[in-house]
Amino acid sequence: MSNYKLEIKNLSKIFGQRIIFQNINYSIHSNFVLGISGSNGSGKSTLVKIIAGVLSPTKGHVNHFVNGEKIDYEKLFNFIGFVSPYLILYEEFSAEENLKIISKIRGIKYEAEYIKELLAKMNLYSRRKDIVKTYSSGMKQRLKFIFALMHRPNLLILDEPTSNLDNEGKESVYSIIKDYSLKNIVIIASNEEQDLAHCNEILFLEKYKSQ
Amino acid sequence: MYWKIILFVLMTFVSIAGIAFPIVEKPSAWYEFPFIPGLEENAKIIFFHVPTAWLAVIAFLMAFLYSIKYLRSKNINDDIKAYVANQLGIIFCILATVTGAVWARFAWGAFWSWDPRQTSIFALLLIYGAWFALRSSIESEEKRATLSSVYSIIAFFTVPFFIFIMPRIMTGLHPGSADDETSGPIVNFKMNENMLLVFFISLIAFTILYFWMWNLGYKSIIYKDKLNKKLLR
Amino acid sequence: MFQKSYNIFIKDIKSELRTRYAINALVMFILVAISVILFSIGNEKVNSDLTAGLYWVVIFFSAMSGLSRAFVAEEEKGTNLTLQLIASPDTVFTGKLIFNLILTFFMNIVITFLYSAFFESFYIKNPALFILTFVLGNIGLAISSTIIASIIAKAGAKGTLYPVLSFPILLPLILTCVQLTIFSFDGTNFESVFYELSIVVSYNIIMITVSYLLFDFIWKD
Repeated sequence: MSNYKLEIKNLSKIFGQRIIFQNINYSIHSNFVLGISGSNGSGKSTLVKIIAGVLSPTKGHVNHFVNGEKIDYEKLFNFIGFVSPYLILYEEFSAEENLKIISKIRGIKYEAEYIKELLAKMNLYSRRKDIVKTYSSGMKQRLKFIFALMHRPNLLILDEPTSNLDNEGKESVYSIIKDYSLKNIVIIASNEEQDLAHCNEILFLEKYKSQ
Repeated sequence: MYWKIILFVLMTFVSIAGIAFPIVEKPSAWYEFPFIPGLEENAKIIFFHVPTAWLAVIAFLMAFLYSIKYLRSKNINDDIKAYVANQLGIIFCILATVTGAVWARFAWGAFWSWDPRQTSIFALLLIYGAWFALRSSIESEEKRATLSSVYSIIAFFTVPFFIFIMPRIMTGLHPGSADDETSGPIVNFKMNENMLLVFFISLIAFTILYFWMWNLGYKSIIYKDKLNKKLLR
Repeated sequence: MFQKSYNIFIKDIKSELRTRYAINALVMFILVAISVILFSIGNEKVNSDLTAGLYWVVIFFSAMSGLSRAFVAEEEKGTNLTLQLIASPDTVFTGKLIFNLILTFFMNIVITFLYSAFFESFYIKNPALFILTFVLGNIGLAISSTIIASIIAKAGAKGTLYPVLSFPILLPLILTCVQLTIFSFDGTNFESVFYELSIVVSYNIIMITVSYLLFDFIWKD
C-alpha cells in the first residue's frame, strides 16, 4: 500500500507578461480524485504538465512524496501516469512494440499478464500487433491509458480523458478512475460534467487568475 | 546627471585629442604622441578601435552572465538585459571589425588576411549572428529566452579555445601579438604617458557609454512590454 | 542508467530502419558532396593541406545534414512529451548522443574511405595519429552537434539554422582537427602534436560537461 502525497505550493505560471494562474496551494493524499476545471485556454494543460514535471513553473514548487519521502525530480517520471490528447506514441511501431520499448526505456519489467489484461480491458487485444499509425483516434486514446497504467504509477494525471472515446470507452475509463483512486491519486483536467462527477474536489482555475 | 556631463567632456576630449594631436619623432610638448615603428600615423586608430573590440567582449561576457541569471531566476527581464547586451555587442563587434580592416588596409596592405585576432573577432561575429538568427526563429517568448540563454552559455565556453589555437595555426600580424617584432606590446612600452592617458580615458569613456546605452536599451524594452500589457487589457 | 539510454538508442535505430529517412539521404549527400569537389578540382593536383581542409569540410556538412535527426524526428512526430514522461533528461541525452556517435563514425568512415580512394594526396604517413584525430574529432563533433540539435529542434527554420548555430561552436574543434590531419599526412610524431591533441581532449570534456548541465533547460518545455 503506497502512501503518496502531492503538495502544490504558491504555484504561478506567467507566459511573458500574461498571467496564466498564480498562488495555487494544494495538498492531497492517496485515495483522492482531484478535478481541474476552467474554460478553454485557462491553463488546465499547463497546470497538469507542471504537476507532471515536464514544464517548469514561473514561481512556486510542486513536491511529490511517497511514504513521507520526497521524490527527486530525476526519478519522478516513474511515479506518474499521464494521458492527454496531445500525447503521441511512436506511430511507426505496433501497440505491443510501443509498450515493450517504453518499459525498456523506463527500465522496468514488461509484465505480460498485466498488459494483456489492460489490452483486453481497453478493447485493443485483437489489434495489438497493428501499427499505431493505422489506429483511429479513439483507439489511440485507449492505448494511451495502457501507456499510463503499465508501470503502476502512484499519480495518474488525465487531461481530457474521455475525448475521442465512445460510451463504452468512457465507461472503462470511469471504472479505471474508480479502481485506481482507491490506493492512488487521480487528477482529472476536464470540462465534461460527466468526468468531473467522479472527483472528490474540483479546482476552478478561474479563481487563480490575476486580481 | 553629472556623469552625463563627465561623459560628454571625456568623449569630446578623446575625439579631439585622438584625431588632432600630432605624432612626432621625439615628443616634447604635452600634446604630442610618439612615433611607433610599424604603426606610424595609423597609430591613432588605437583610441577608437581597441575600445570597440573591448566592448564587444564585455557585451559578450555580460550576455553570458545574464543568461545564467535567467536560467536560474526565469525572470524575463534578465533575458531582456542579455538581449540588449548582445545587440550592443554586435554593433561594437562590427565597428571593431570595420575599423580594424580599414587600418589593416593601410598597415598590412589588405583589408583581410586571417590574422589570429581577425579570425577571433570573425568567430565572435558569427556567434552573435547565430544568436540573433536563433532568437528570430522562436515565437514563444519563454522558449526564446531559455534557448538563447543556453546558446549564449555554450558559445561562451568555446571562445577560450580560439585564444589557445589561433596563434599555433596562423602567424600573427597584429600589433601586440607574440609574433610581432616591429611594434611589440604597444600598451606597455611604446606609448608615452600622454598617449596612454588618452587611450585609457577613451577606454573609460566608451565603457560608460556602453553601460548607459545598455541601461536605456533594456529599460525601454521593459517599459514597452508593460505598456503593451496595459493597452491590451 | 546506461541500459535505459541504450534502449532509447535501439528505439531510434529501429525507427530509423523502418522509415529509412536519414541513412539514405545521408549516404547520397556524402556522394554528392565528394563528387562536387572532385568535379571542381578536375585534373588539378591538390596539395595535402588543402585535402585535409576539404576532408573536414565534407565531414562538417554531412554532420549538419544528418545529426539533427535524433531530436528533430522526435519533435516532428510530436513524441517529445512521451519521452519526457518515460525517461530523465540525462538518459535521453545519453541515448541521443550514442545514436549520433554511431552515425558520425559510420558517416566519417565512409567519407574517409572515399577520400583515400579518390584523392592521391590523401596519403597518411602517421596512421596512429590520424586514427586518434579521427576518433577524438568524431566524439567532439557528435557532442556539439547533439546539443545544438536539441536546441534547433525547438526552433523554427530547423534546416538552415543548424549549420549556422553549429559552425561557431565547432570551429575550434574543426580548425584543430584540420591541423592534426595535416600533421598526420606529414608524418609528424606524437610529441610535437601534444598541444593540439590536448586542445581536442579538453574541448570534448568541456562540451560534454556543459551539455549535460544545460540539457535539462532545453528539454523541459
